[in-house]
Amino acid sequence: MKTTPIYGMMAEFDSASDLVAAARRTHEAGYKKIDAYSPFPVEELAEAIGFHSNRVALVTLIGAAIGGLSGYLMQYWIATISYPINVGGRPYHSWPSFIVVTFEMTILFGGISAVFGMLALNGLPMPYHPVFNVARFAMATKDRFFLIVFSTDPKYDTTGTRQFLESLGPRSIAEVPS
Amino acid sequence: MDQASHKTKRADVCPSKKLDLATVKAQIEQTSGPEYWRSLEELAGTPEFQEMLHREFPKGASEWVDSVSRRGFLQLMSASLALAGMTGCTKLPLEPIVPYVKQPEEIIPGRPLWFATATTLSGYASPVLVESHLGRPTKMEGNDRHPASLGGTDIFVQAAILGMYDPDRSQTITRRGDVDSWAEFVKEIRGPLAVQQGLGGAGIRILTQTISSPTLADQLRAFLKSYPQAKWHVYEPVNRDNVLEGAKLAFGQPVETQYRLEHADVIVALDADFLYAGFPGNARYIRDFAKQRNPDAPMSRFYSIESTPTSTGAKADHRLPMRAVEIEPFARALASALGVAAGGAATGESEKYLKAISAELQKSKGASVILAGDHQSPAVHALAHAMNRALGNVGKTVVYTDPVDARPVNQTESLRELVADMRAGRVDLLVIMGGNPVYDAPADLGFGEVLKNSGISLRIHHGLYQNETAEYCHWHVNDTHSLEAWSDARAYDGTVSIVQPLIDPLYAGRSAHVLVSALSGVSDATGYDLVRTYWQKQHAGADFEAFWRKSLHDGWVEGTTFRAKAVSANPSLPPATVAADDKTVEVNFRRDPSVYDGQFANNGWLQELPKPMTKLTWDNAVLVGPKLAARAGLKSEDMVTLELGGRKIAAPVWIQAGHPDNSVTVCVGYGRTRAGRAGTGAGFDVYPLRTTSALWFSTGGKLSKTGDIYKLASTQGYQTMDTPDGATRPLVREATLEKYRKEPKFAQEEQPPKELTLYPGYDYARQDYAWGMTIDMNSCVGCNNCIVACQSENNIAVVGKEQVGRGRHMHWLRVDAYYQGDRDNPKAYFQPVPCMQCENAPCELVCPVGATLHSSEGLNDMVYNRCVGTRYCSNNCPYKVRRFNFLLFQDWETPQYKMMRNPDVTVRSRGVMEKCTYCIQRISERRIDAERADEKINDDGSLQTACQQSCPAGAILFGNINDPNSRVSKLKAQDRNYGLLADLNTRPRTTYLAQIRNPNPELEG
Amino acid sequence: MADHREEVAVGNLRAPVIEPGYTFGSVTDKISSIVLTRPTSNGWFVGFGIAFLVTMMLLFSLAYLFAKGVGIWGINIPVGWGFAIVNFVWWIGIGHAGTLISAILLLLRQSWRNSINRFAEAMTLFAVACAGIFPLVHTGRPWLAYWLFPYPNTMSYWPQFRSPLLWDVFAVSTYFTISLLFWFIGLIPDLATLRDRSENHWAKIIYGTLAMGWRGSARHWHRYESAYLLLAGLATPLVLSVHTVVSFDFAIAIVPGWHTTIFPPYFVAGAIYSGFAMVLMLAIPIRKIYGLEDFITDRHLQNSAKVMLSTGWIVAYGYGIEAFMGWYSGNRYDGFTLWNRLHGPYAFLYYLLLFCNIFAPQVLWIRKLRTSPIGLFCVSLVILVGMWLERFVIVVMSLHRDFLTSSWGMYYPTRWDWMTYVGTIGMFLAAMFLFVRILPMISIFEMRTLLPEAEVKPE
Repeated sequence: MKTTPIYGMMAEFDSASDLVAAARRTHEAGYKKIDAYSPFPVEELAEAIGFHSNRVALVTLIGAAIGGLSGYLMQYWIATISYPINVGGRPYHSWPSFIVVTFEMTILFGGISAVFGMLALNGLPMPYHPVFNVARFAMATKDRFFLIVFSTDPKYDTTGTRQFLESLGPRSIAEVPS
Repeated sequence: MDQASHKTKRADVCPSKKLDLATVKAQIEQTSGPEYWRSLEELAGTPEFQEMLHREFPKGASEWVDSVSRRGFLQLMSASLALAGMTGCTKLPLEPIVPYVKQPEEIIPGRPLWFATATTLSGYASPVLVESHLGRPTKMEGNDRHPASLGGTDIFVQAAILGMYDPDRSQTITRRGDVDSWAEFVKEIRGPLAVQQGLGGAGIRILTQTISSPTLADQLRAFLKSYPQAKWHVYEPVNRDNVLEGAKLAFGQPVETQYRLEHADVIVALDADFLYAGFPGNARYIRDFAKQRNPDAPMSRFYSIESTPTSTGAKADHRLPMRAVEIEPFARALASALGVAAGGAATGESEKYLKAISAELQKSKGASVILAGDHQSPAVHALAHAMNRALGNVGKTVVYTDPVDARPVNQTESLRELVADMRAGRVDLLVIMGGNPVYDAPADLGFGEVLKNSGISLRIHHGLYQNETAEYCHWHVNDTHSLEAWSDARAYDGTVSIVQPLIDPLYAGRSAHVLVSALSGVSDATGYDLVRTYWQKQHAGADFEAFWRKSLHDGWVEGTTFRAKAVSANPSLPPATVAADDKTVEVNFRRDPSVYDGQFANNGWLQELPKPMTKLTWDNAVLVGPKLAARAGLKSEDMVTLELGGRKIAAPVWIQAGHPDNSVTVCVGYGRTRAGRAGTGAGFDVYPLRTTSALWFSTGGKLSKTGDIYKLASTQGYQTMDTPDGATRPLVREATLEKYRKEPKFAQEEQPPKELTLYPGYDYARQDYAWGMTIDMNSCVGCNNCIVACQSENNIAVVGKEQVGRGRHMHWLRVDAYYQGDRDNPKAYFQPVPCMQCENAPCELVCPVGATLHSSEGLNDMVYNRCVGTRYCSNNCPYKVRRFNFLLFQDWETPQYKMMRNPDVTVRSRGVMEKCTYCIQRISERRIDAERADEKINDDGSLQTACQQSCPAGAILFGNINDPNSRVSKLKAQDRNYGLLADLNTRPRTTYLAQIRNPNPELEG
Repeated sequence: MADHREEVAVGNLRAPVIEPGYTFGSVTDKISSIVLTRPTSNGWFVGFGIAFLVTMMLLFSLAYLFAKGVGIWGINIPVGWGFAIVNFVWWIGIGHAGTLISAILLLLRQSWRNSINRFAEAMTLFAVACAGIFPLVHTGRPWLAYWLFPYPNTMSYWPQFRSPLLWDVFAVSTYFTISLLFWFIGLIPDLATLRDRSENHWAKIIYGTLAMGWRGSARHWHRYESAYLLLAGLATPLVLSVHTVVSFDFAIAIVPGWHTTIFPPYFVAGAIYSGFAMVLMLAIPIRKIYGLEDFITDRHLQNSAKVMLSTGWIVAYGYGIEAFMGWYSGNRYDGFTLWNRLHGPYAFLYYLLLFCNIFAPQVLWIRKLRTSPIGLFCVSLVILVGMWLERFVIVVMSLHRDFLTSSWGMYYPTRWDWMTYVGTIGMFLAAMFLFVRILPMISIFEMRTLLPEAEVKPE
């Protein structure tokens, strides 16, 4: 019989507190390739699993800057270089009139890069993911909390990891086929 | 009238068997080729067809925007057009006609040719130059070399173009309503004429309008020679019987009176509306009058005593409203004061004026003039003649000549005689040439019902329209428009102009000349031959060719101008009539400022032209003064029944500030029943009230409110510069002559200096040209000419009464009328408002697509193709001179209009903003010419905007303000120069010269 | 978001933002059941049916508009803008509450927003959609509206960036886009919940697709949170700018009654004013029908009422300044505009406006009324009418009598004006009906964070 490759070992908890505690201990125990799942944002989790910085802010800043600059330069180019013409006796470069559009472009590009930057960094959309193979994981979007140790972790071994996770007092443990 | 009532009305007339366009199309499609036409002709007669037309073109001008009915009309119109042969439409006549000298002689596509010709109104010719694009006349302009025009025209001349292309004109000869042919007609009349030969023509009657054409008069006289017993009658509803009778009273013979206003320091108008279209020679008189109103030169003083407010009275330094019946006593009193034994003395209010006026006149003997209105009694005219003589004006400011009218008879009597003969059955063959007596004859003569019932065996109507009169005639021969046929006519000074056709008759019409020659037995004569042979007879010299050519080319025939005539006055004046009763309401009948006597009722331009004082369009109304209105509890738009001599009409009321108390004015020419798409059903017919005894005015009228309301469409809802919060806005700036002399710069308040801006301005100085305009409100007489000229030049659409009522009229140039002060005798002002071409144009700033931008020469250009129609520019235009195509206002389908339009100007479609651009097409044309000749456009008047060109007063001046020596620059440098709403720092390129009045100190305050 | 929990603790001393006794499970079930299990009531069908028919009327009137031209409306010269622009500004204003609640209240740590932000945002989107219709169709040639965008073209001709209308194009489209993104990323975790809850095969597929494979990973939540906050940070100035820009349409023009510097702040205040009124008008019936009183509590009604009361006063101040400047400027045109509002032919509407926007709302000082749903509903209705009148007063009453007395005119709406206006209301309601039926109208995951058990106890 062929064995399906294993994606990782998953433990289920009842509350955010348990999960955070478990995640912290797992991380301290030297497991680096781990992740945690919760039905709502739990601030402590990220650093509990050793995830600190994210680059969403940077992406947004770049996007906003591009938007603003292109916005103003577009108007400048149109009004003074591409199609300079006398409008109501105003100068070609009527910068006060150009501020509004510049502002709007900044916001637009900033917002778009924030959202799509976040999705991209999260690797979304992702229609298939091994964790969904675990039936109980459906509860992860309701009231259950999960911790997973990926099989790619150097310390990972089926029996050892299961024992370690059991020591955390989870509600259940399941092996995640990939 | 409300739409519902139309519907029901239309419902009753619908017979059971309905015919709609679908079936008409079907019927037409079944056939093809020539018989296509026959089927249409057959169709044309049937009652179903008539009924369908009626259904397809309900009265009311919603017509113009209702594309369905227009398209419906087109399907038949284009058909009957092809009947006339569309190819023939733009064909030049076969005979050689001579292009105007300033233009190349051979047609170059895109280059218009100019021809000198003339149009006539009640016999009087207006000399014109007509612009012709590839054989299509498109624009009328005054003949600037002709003394009777000097380039000016009147609204009827300007609108003649639309009249010629009118698709509702009669297009075929008809016999008892069925389409027939000229050959048939000629055959048909041969018999009756033969019979009349035997009787010496005892049964023949010819009824014409006023005729000044020497050729036609000659033909008619020749005809009368061969039929000695036949009679030639003349009638027009707006006739000059009083002038004629007055002349007879004064001199025992009919004479024409000409005025030399350029020499008049004091002008007294006794109910004379001499500064508006319809008064013979008005174009020239306006020019001369304006010349005398320059405040920097000795300025004339103008007193107007008038029975209804007119644009002429609005220009008076002193205007005295007076019931028409009281003017004769006043005239007598004035005459006595001037030493003419006339009896009668003025009383009360008018006495003050009388003293002042007579004193003034005494002071300026030989340099004054007294004019009497056409509708005033013969006695008043006789008195005016006597006074002018007493003041030594004759030969200086007043000149007498032979009458222009070829048959100066009392037209009312002439018609009375004809009707009597008809009743008595003495008439067997009646030819009605032009005119519309069934509609406009005095009611007491009952012309219509006599014509219908009398057993006249052959009744022939000759005219441009299948009008009310044609309905009662056996034969209708469709006439030619004066731009379509050869003829000749006299201007007010007697000068003859040869009328050249600009285009072959659109509908194969027959001119009066051809008709008369057919009656005389020559059925194949052409107008050209008739006119030419007549002049050959007149011209003694051998060099006829040169003479003929020169006459055509100049636009007038050398040496035909009347010479001043020495007349001997007969001293006896008619005794003073009994004092008119001042209890009952006086009713005044006047020609309409827009549709005249009704002949222009189907002319959309004129129908939509705001009347100078009321700004009403598409309707006439009973004009009532504020006092009388208050007494009778009347508001504008109340329906009233107006009763006079047991006759009644119903019409809406319009409250007219400055109208004499206890008197009302109604204008004739409305309420037509067979005018066409525009005229039929517009307004109210007042002819039923007009009798031979009271042709112009009469007391004994009764006003009674019916309780109904009738919506009138005025283009200016609010006619004063005083705002309801008690403030007054300095829109028209005016001062008396003294004040102006004391503080010349009185008009220049609130004119911000150019430096008041954070922005660096656009440098117009480095351009060759910077276009600008000045409008001298001192010269402007509110004649409306510029509006029609602009409409014609710029292909401006007509929108119809309903749309005007909604505030959507399209005139690029409007003339605002303001009333200030005492509502019973207010000061009135005219302010022509074209686009101001602001240098800091608020409209341009807010256009999101850049559809309106500034040209390097300072024009506020409108890019129609770019416009998406946000209307933001109009909202932000403080002058509200932008016009928007809210619906599809332009007629894109009627082929005649396609030919009529100026090919140099875009025809705007739905959803686009449009506006005045100083006739940019004319600027470009001149610029191209100038560049070709490697020169700059100079200030010689070769570049004129349409409004400027047409202005008889020369009030509008356009030119290059970069050239300090141009006339416009000089005017802008004047003290009177100011910008409208300049305090908004819009920096308008169009500026105004403030108005100056020259009141008599004794009468001030 | 720890602070939320603190907020709740404090909040519990006052009326709670969520009634006690709920667990993650029960909250999830209660909200998702409305979409997933609860049978669709006849009431819903009737209501949606009516709204749909009215929407059809909108389409009909627009079809006739395209066929005939804007002349079917009552506009003319001088009143070039009528109902279309009035409605545009009105809807845009209403469209402000959503983003304001989601963004600004989020930054202000107002956790009570969590239960109303979702449908407030939806409401915003639909309102902006309604608003967007008008500037498009009010042009004479709507099929050329794309000319307002700067795209390279053969004429090498560009939009004119000095025109406030062009600023509108950018402001409104940006606002719509950002609001949409904001709303959508807020939905992602809940879509995942629905994906996992729904029994129906197709529902699973659709929700699953929209959820984009969200699985609540700690890393994802971390980035998600920062993106959400950044978006809020961007949306806050945006929401304030949109109505400022709209007010420029008037303030930049020189028309007396438009050309005034008070417009931006007082337009924004007015927008929030009407926005909250609309939120209440929707929240009150919805929470009753779907029995959500536990989530949308009296506290929410109270707070909204207070917001309306305060913004109402800012608006009142705006009117005051307008009137004062009319008199104090000494400008004859502004002075007359003031006179015209008080005594002109439309004066009645101006007094009605003062009643609706200033006097009537003062009843909100009464605590009892602030907590009475019926009372609030009525007040909100009055305010919405008042805010519509305000725009009518500004647009029409300023235009119809401006500089040249000769060009004064009147504006009378035609039946097509009314059909278009009512039509958009129908479209708005139809969209709301669909929204409450197919999407969770309250943010489930954010509600979870409000529960005591969401707290992470220190070990």
